[in-house]
Amino acid sequence: MAAVLESLLREEVSVAAAVRWIARGAQSSEGDAGEAAALSSLRPLRKEFVPFLLNFLREQSSRVVPQGPPTPAKTPGSSAALPGRPGGPPRGGRGARSQLFPPTEPLSAAAEAPAARRGGRRRGPGQARERGGRGPGSLEEGVGGESPLWAGSRRPRAAGSPSRARSDPPNLSNLEEFPPVGSVPPGSAGRTKPSRRINPTPVSEERSLSKPKTCFTSPPINCVPGPQPSVLDSSPWGQGLTAGCRSLQEEREMLRKERSKQLQQSPAPACPTPESGSSLPTRTGNLTAEPADPAKVSSRQRLELVALVYSSCIAENLVPNLFLELFFVLQLLTARRMVAAKSSDLEPSPGVLGSPESPLFQSVHDCVFFAVQVLEHQFQVLSCLDKGTLKLLAENERLLCFSPALQGRLRAAYEGSVAKVSLAMPPAVQAVSFQPETDNRANFSSDRAFHTFKKQRDVFYEVLREWEDRHEEPGWDFEKGLGSRIRAMMGQLSAACSHSHFVRLFQKQLLQMCQSPGGAGGTILGEAPDVLSVLGADKLGRLRRLQERLAAPQSSGGPCPPPSFPGCQAFFRDFILSAGSFQFNQHLMDSLSLKIRELNGFVLPQPEASEEDGEADVDWQGERRQFAVVLLSLRLLAKFLGFVAFLPYRGPEPPPTRELQDSILALRSQVPPVLDVRALLQQGLRAHRAVLTVPWLVEFLSLADHIVPMLDYYRSIFSLLLHLHRSLVLSKDSDGEMCFLNKLLLLAVLGWLFQIPTVPEDLFFVEEGQVDVFEMDTETSEHGLDGVPVVDQHLLYTCCPYIGELRKLLAVWVSGSSGRSGGFVRKITPTTTTSLGAPPLRTTQGLQAQLAQAFFHNQPPSLRRTVEFVAERIGSNCVKHIKATLVADLVHQAESLLQEQLVTQRQEGGDPGQLLEILCSQLCPHGAQALTQGREFCQKKSPGAVRALLPEETPAAVLSSAENIAVGLAIEKACTWLSANITALIRREVKAAVSRVLRAQGPEPAARGCRRGCSRACEHRAPLPSHLISAIKDVLSVAVGPRDPEEGVSPEHLEQLLGQLGQTLRCRQFLCPPAEQHLAKCSVELASLLVADQIPVLGPPAQHQLERGQARRLLHTLLSLWKDDFQVPVPLQLLLSPRNVGLLADTRPREWDLLLFLLRELVEKGLMGRKEIEACLDSLREAQWPEDFAEELATLFNLFLAEPQVPEPQLRACELVQPNRGTVLAQS
Amino acid sequence: MILTKAQYDEIAQCLVSVPPTRQSLRKLKQRFPSQSQATLLSIFSQEYQKHIKRTHAKHHTSEAIESYYQRYLHGVGKNGAAPVLLELANEVDYAPSLMARIILERFLQEHEETPPSKSVINSLLRDPSQIPDGVLANQVYQCTVNDCCYGPLVDCIKHAIGHEHEILLRDLLLEKNLSFLDEDQLRAKGYDKTPDFILQVPVVMLCPLAVEGHIIHWIESKASFGDECSHHAYLHDQFWSYWNRFGPGLVIYWYGFIQELDCNRERGILLKACFPTDIVTLGHGAAAP
Repeated sequence: MAAVLESLLREEVSVAAAVRWIARGAQSSEGDAGEAAALSSLRPLRKEFVPFLLNFLREQSSRVVPQGPPTPAKTPGSSAALPGRPGGPPRGGRGARSQLFPPTEPLSAAAEAPAARRGGRRRGPGQARERGGRGPGSLEEGVGGESPLWAGSRRPRAAGSPSRARSDPPNLSNLEEFPPVGSVPPGSAGRTKPSRRINPTPVSEERSLSKPKTCFTSPPINCVPGPQPSVLDSSPWGQGLTAGCRSLQEEREMLRKERSKQLQQSPAPACPTPESGSSLPTRTGNLTAEPADPAKVSSRQRLELVALVYSSCIAENLVPNLFLELFFVLQLLTARRMVAAKSSDLEPSPGVLGSPESPLFQSVHDCVFFAVQVLEHQFQVLSCLDKGTLKLLAENERLLCFSPALQGRLRAAYEGSVAKVSLAMPPAVQAVSFQPETDNRANFSSDRAFHTFKKQRDVFYEVLREWEDRHEEPGWDFEKGLGSRIRAMMGQLSAACSHSHFVRLFQKQLLQMCQSPGGAGGTILGEAPDVLSVLGADKLGRLRRLQERLAAPQSSGGPCPPPSFPGCQAFFRDFILSAGSFQFNQHLMDSLSLKIRELNGFVLPQPEASEEDGEADVDWQGERRQFAVVLLSLRLLAKFLGFVAFLPYRGPEPPPTRELQDSILALRSQVPPVLDVRALLQQGLRAHRAVLTVPWLVEFLSLADHIVPMLDYYRSIFSLLLHLHRSLVLSKDSDGEMCFLNKLLLLAVLGWLFQIPTVPEDLFFVEEGQVDVFEMDTETSEHGLDGVPVVDQHLLYTCCPYIGELRKLLAVWVSGSSGRSGGFVRKITPTTTTSLGAPPLRTTQGLQAQLAQAFFHNQPPSLRRTVEFVAERIGSNCVKHIKATLVADLVHQAESLLQEQLVTQRQEGGDPGQLLEILCSQLCPHGAQALTQGREFCQKKSPGAVRALLPEETPAAVLSSAENIAVGLAIEKACTWLSANITALIRREVKAAVSRVLRAQGPEPAARGCRRGCSRACEHRAPLPSHLISAIKDVLSVAVGPRDPEEGVSPEHLEQLLGQLGQTLRCRQFLCPPAEQHLAKCSVELASLLVADQIPVLGPPAQHQLERGQARRLLHTLLSLWKDDFQVPVPLQLLLSPRNVGLLADTRPREWDLLLFLLRELVEKGLMGRKEIEACLDSLREAQWPEDFAEELATLFNLFLAEPQVPEPQLRACELVQPNRGTVLAQS
Repeated sequence: MILTKAQYDEIAQCLVSVPPTRQSLRKLKQRFPSQSQATLLSIFSQEYQKHIKRTHAKHHTSEAIESYYQRYLHGVGKNGAAPVLLELANEVDYAPSLMARIILERFLQEHEETPPSKSVINSLLRDPSQIPDGVLANQVYQCTVNDCCYGPLVDCIKHAIGHEHEILLRDLLLEKNLSFLDEDQLRAKGYDKTPDFILQVPVVMLCPLAVEGHIIHWIESKASFGDECSHHAYLHDQFWSYWNRFGPGLVIYWYGFIQELDCNRERGILLKACFPTDIVTLGHGAAAP
């Protein structure tokens, strides 16, 4: 490795050739022969170069005192441990490095390679620590003076396997035992070639919690900027997984010893390490930056050369993570100062280029110079950063000092940049709305399932609200707080259909909350934007800004944060974990997969190439937004799919032994993937839709477990991704290539993926060439999304919030203090609100369809969208219209037919099921009309809609064609549905009507029949029924007693009450049947009390009873109310109930005349039949009465029976005139 | 009539162990002349119901039932016309209607072979004339007609009040030209939870002191006083369910509520004691009050 650099430094090899060699193996003919020869000898090490280079740079910069937000997880004590800092002036490391960078002969370089690689494979010790956010007590520190290169390195896996367990401590210099990865023949998969070392992921502890894997490619400088997410937050799988692997540690110890032995024997003396950081300034805010001076750069040429090689590697995507390198470079740019090294280190080397042994960065000046050099090469990427970052860069005084030209370009880029990454409001919880089409009873197997789901929905939101309120409280625990409630709820989901309902709700809520649009266009939650705009955008804007400030989410946690579930996503993750329901997970996976497939098929209408004017731009904005919504939804869904799918396999670390791993692999390779992501990826690549497919696939894979990358299936996916990554060279900008920002997005997400703990680090550097190169389908390439600028800066930052770490780094530099704990970078949520467009209709058959396709081909895409949209809506409306008209008419017919049937069947007693069949057989044939009517509807409605939506200037022929196509499509849609469903629909509706009618026949006869409303002139001022019932109840209670002596009722009050009753009964505005029934009943009770003279009258004590004339008048009023005003049956037979008649028994003397009067009137007014009364009287006689009372009753009975069937009017008249002349039965 | 928690507590304090008779109500009105009668009655009724819920169990032990029944038999044995049952209820601090139910149930157990079903009991309470024993029929009737918190008549009155306020609200909505779906329409469409009204186009209600208005999708009418207990029950059974399905909405407690309960405004459940006057409709400015 070092030899290569050496050759470069000696100008034996050109940088271009070197990079070519690294990237492609350099069999290329282009390079000159000398170069090829120089390089070919190094061939086996080719792959080692980039890791080496990156490590080299990290190591070289190890004395840099970085700046950047401190890591809050660190305790003050930890700063004392700074020497252990990233690759920090390493104990023995220096020695290692001098070995690693030998002046000559490839052989020695090759011999050193394993060590280099191993060292390189991982990070310096400081990074290892930083990734765990651990202090001095961390594992590495504990084992003391181990080599820094080893400290962070992965333990060779073979050492852990039994096959090696027999042996003595491994000889690390032995290439056979520890072959460099580069020497492994291409194509050998790790698991099939036992000799190949697979680096086990952990240097256990820090790793176990899925901390950011800051492998050697991560920033070398010990603080990962930004707060480390807390353990629980950062772990994608919630509950902490216990860490550690004892045996690993022992092995490490073994290796460490061996290594130190080796180092002692090493001819190059190891540089002593400044002890324990006492000499180091503390890495805190009080640290002032050393000024950087271009004149003091020590070896320009060498730095330029390395910068060029490094930049070329970045440009060729030979580094795993572009943004991580940029972060590193910015760290160099903003280095506060450098720790003083041994004087020997600082001595300028005699040679022009400087000796390779001398440190690359000897001062801050060197660092800054190098950084600026690299930044110059990376200007294209920089110019795509957000305005804030550009501003900070352009204002950076070091950058200005070292390269005014770059500063000028950055300033220009800043001024030209319009995109500002805006902060979106964190979405408020908004519930998924209830949609009768999918949520009503008809969608459930049983009433029980329906009602269970009803309750579940409520429990779900209750849980969600509680989470919202409490999850930030210290000490609150999801599982403890909500776990049992969630499980109880899930336990009720018995039917499969209920599961699918719940999953739909869950998924919708997930999309709504976690990807909730907010911001753009002033809409909140997609709710009636106009309403809000009425209130004034000003106020809302201010409020929103305030809210943003108050609720700014945490920084994303370093340039390579681990997969996490920020914000509301945590709720859904924890819900899944707490529910622990196999069925739920399965349904969820099904549903997520389906939705992902659906969204992945998203088709973006082609932008109009012809007209680049504002009009096209408007469309274009919408399309871009649509793309963003789809992409973000996909990422969210895929993340959860990955989470659920790999949940059962998830563990803190890979299996400890090869045997175990092999058996797991054998098992796992049996399991079909939950979603055929490989096929989708291949399709996506072939169809040039990587920009849509890869970002969600990355989310999916980021949640895979440790075994997954070893499975053939997924391994091939990683190969494809690596191949893609390599191919996304940003500087290439030819036609038909992917757009720049599209590429940048893919590079960012892929780079991030390669840093995920579960993705083996060697994957990136090992994979080579053996990929079945995917074929680009040239046919479809022009329609692919990749070539369309669908990604904008906003989307880039939304998908990759960690890019914002760059800005944060620069901002801290400006603030001059690293004491501020971040918070600049916020989680960006999308600002788009558009729903997905209607899926394109498939019209595949027939010439007409082909013609239609051809017609659209040369029209602006908006035309096609309009036509399809109109057709879709009109078709759907047509179905609704048919339901509301034809079907409703049929239902009416059914109801009247049913009424007839019921009348005829009353005697026979028909079976409702039979009735339904009869009705359906009569009515369903009418369903055929639906198709005709549907066709008419579509023909009538579609053209107008198309006309209204297309531009006025659309040529007539185009317009009419569009109309015709819209009509055709609408008819197709409507008629397809109708012909398949109309019969079932009619049946269902008729069935519902039948049961409605039959129910109405049942216990509530009052609800039936036509009811009269109040008269048109009525002003609804009548007393309220509730008041009346209350008032009558009071009278009844006074009458029934017990009562206070002063209590009573005035006759006027009674009259007034009955008058009001009349009014209320005539104004029916507020009257409901139950109230009317009670009024009827109360009025009967009142009548009985009147008849029995039981109403206590207010007045002088002598006259405690109602005058008989008054009583009679009141009874008369009641009679007429019963006859004319009540619309419910009045329970008049109560008048002759034993209890009410019994009231008479208490009066002395008993007066029967009012009763007789009442009975006669009832008969005369037709309120009761004689027979009915006779029956009542008959049953009265069966009751037990005092003997005298029974006799009187019998007399009354006889008297009533003796009366003529039709009473003579004179008699009645005379009775009314002389109320007191009533027959006193007792005397007769 | 929006009361502070303190005001409410003061009223509730006066209601401890007061029998639910018309006499008690009369006294209550005299004690708090400034409060509306309906509000007082509603509070009284709710407080009394809480009291009954707390003490319900002790009246339903078999010993208690037996002792009540014996006392009843003894009482009517002496004088069937005296208000034996009503006085018994008042004496043991239990609702007369519920006491009637206990005795009736016990009576039927004694006189019929099969234990009476709930619906039979209910129907006898609604129409005591059907009770085979004349004396008991009178006693039961006396209880139900004198009870102002329980019993079929009271139930009917409450139902009627609720209905009337829904009608009132409907009229107000029609008057303001706000189109809506009512409960019946929603039920017909198969909604699983049905507020009284869902607005087909949401409105915004402005509040005098707030920066922002509140969006209202649905309105629920409650012809009662919103006290803590009932409000929490409604939140759990209804309001949140509506929110879960239809978004933010408005609850009108026509007889007032405890001010402190109106704390979910930001979350999307708004309380009012009358129909809001300051509403903004889509495409229009603030409606004139």
